[in-house]
Amino acid sequence: MHSTRLLKPLSLCIAYALLLLAAAVTLVPFVWLVFASLRAPEVYFEFQFVPRIRSVQLVEANPRPDLAELWQTLQPARGLRLEEAREKLGAENVDRGLTEGMASLKSGAVDWTYLTGDYFKILLTQPEFSFVRNILNSVFYASVTAVFATLFAAMGGYALAKFDFRLRGAFTRLVLLALILPGALLLAPGYQLLFRLGLLDTYAGLILPGLAPAFGVFLFRQTMLNSVPMELMEAARMDGCGEIRLFFAVILPLVRPMIGAFLLIMFLGAWNNFIGPQIVLQTPSKFPLSVAIAQLKGVYSTDYGLLMAGTLISIAPIMALFLLLQKEFISGLTSGAVKG
Amino acid sequence: MSLSRTHPRWVPYFFIAPFALVFGIFMFYPLVDSLFMSTYQSFGPQHRTFVGFENFVHVFRDADFRTALKNTSVYTLASVTVQLPLALGLALLLNRPGIKGKALFRLIFFSPSLVGLVFVAILFGLLLGSRDGLVNEALRAVIPGFPSEFFWLQRYVMGSLILASLWMYTGFNMVYFLAALQSVNQDTLEAASIDGANAVQRFTHVVLPEIKPVAGFVVLLSILGSLQLFELPWILFDGAGPEKRGLTLVMYLYQNGFEQNDLGYASAIGWVLAILLMFIAVLHRKLTREED
Repeated sequence: MHSTRLLKPLSLCIAYALLLLAAAVTLVPFVWLVFASLRAPEVYFEFQFVPRIRSVQLVEANPRPDLAELWQTLQPARGLRLEEAREKLGAENVDRGLTEGMASLKSGAVDWTYLTGDYFKILLTQPEFSFVRNILNSVFYASVTAVFATLFAAMGGYALAKFDFRLRGAFTRLVLLALILPGALLLAPGYQLLFRLGLLDTYAGLILPGLAPAFGVFLFRQTMLNSVPMELMEAARMDGCGEIRLFFAVILPLVRPMIGAFLLIMFLGAWNNFIGPQIVLQTPSKFPLSVAIAQLKGVYSTDYGLLMAGTLISIAPIMALFLLLQKEFISGLTSGAVKG
Repeated sequence: MSLSRTHPRWVPYFFIAPFALVFGIFMFYPLVDSLFMSTYQSFGPQHRTFVGFENFVHVFRDADFRTALKNTSVYTLASVTVQLPLALGLALLLNRPGIKGKALFRLIFFSPSLVGLVFVAILFGLLLGSRDGLVNEALRAVIPGFPSEFFWLQRYVMGSLILASLWMYTGFNMVYFLAALQSVNQDTLEAASIDGANAVQRFTHVVLPEIKPVAGFVVLLSILGSLQLFELPWILFDGAGPEKRGLTLVMYLYQNGFEQNDLGYASAIGWVLAILLMFIAVLHRKLTREED
């Protein structure tokens, strides 16, 4: 009895320790991404998180450094030599500034001015990048896909769940088959089809094929089988409610949580889709963020700060959306698995 | 199950129409077309020659295809044997009575799976960077004499991939396990506990049988997803990687279809992949049915 009493809190402590470790491992890449994309370009390689410049460590190691060398390491970007600065600002001022600066640096000071938004400014304003355009493209592509895919899936699921018609069995089997077919199988024939239809390099060609989510029809069918009572539909019809109004005013509100979850899933899928836009689109000004950032990596593979900032811009909206709507999201994802 | 009887005839057709139309044109037609396409060798969408079953014969003689199959299999095996046990372990920890902040932990663990594969690939490319990637900086701080340059992405191709996907998907799978664990009957657990069953016995005799259906679903989902790996290595290694050690099946399909422009051969590879997936799905169904 005595031993289990002691053991319980101990094992709880171990559980907490493991969970916190896992949480830290999960979060560190995000935190690192944020800090790295905020580093000032001229000191990008100087620190990982907190802006403690390596030159500071140099000062710490060598309490009486050569002033000229110190000047060099402290002012990497401004390109002014010590003599020039002395001439311009007065030798006494510069030397005193350096000595005082050194003293404050020695005390382990952290210079927060080395965290800037420079990389974001470059990506969003310089003409060789069209990142604002890419963001708008992603928003457009993901929103339109999410809204129409969800609408079509809800309509299709409704038809399969609540009506008896000739092609019902065939459609249900087709939907189940489509669930396990790999998307990659449709890449080559889909490309050829879009070529024949003249839809390559258009948003119609990118969006249309994504509007028939078999997975969604299946989910809505399952949900509506259980949560839409027939009596309600009959009662509405008795009251003179038309079939289309019945769907939008009575049925859809009943499956509201499912709609929220599926909108999010579809938005996320389109936002993160790479292979689709990579194959369909050719004009850079049409690229969504996923393709734009892959291109950025190809061209600016060594400009890590730009890549970091671009990645942060690409994932921040998704994270914000998820934080706002996380309950719906997770329940939507797991509803199929646990109930089905 | 009740079905509507008092509706006009057009109603179900009207509601299934948008889905049916898009599905017919952009899924079903290409699916059938890909069967024909797989019997041609093509150059782009306009030029092609009929080759019969040559593409399928070639697939099995193709050394690169075998490399891709091997890499993809290793990755899939790692997903199932490393990632899923870790996910279950996390779920068990989180489901312990007395743990506070469950919702926050769940939120944190789940968040990486929201990041698109392209962005994860870029992030891990930088994290594993040879000189000032965070991993090397950390190792340098801990291990004296750790080299100033260490090429993870060149030396540990599969390891890097598995690590990145571990970060991305462990929490995602954990959410499923956690949902299943939360629906385990607490009374049965308590009864077992009173009968003197220890934690391990309770897990194998009460918890495991109850979460088996969800576990089976997660294993299947994980296998099917892993076999379709593409973006992660494609971006992380700028292609197939050193000695094609990062070449996957879908990447090989993409390279043939959209770099060599042989849409016919790409279709054939697509069908081999589809048959592999269907075989696994059927096998999975058989196995889970038998146990019931």
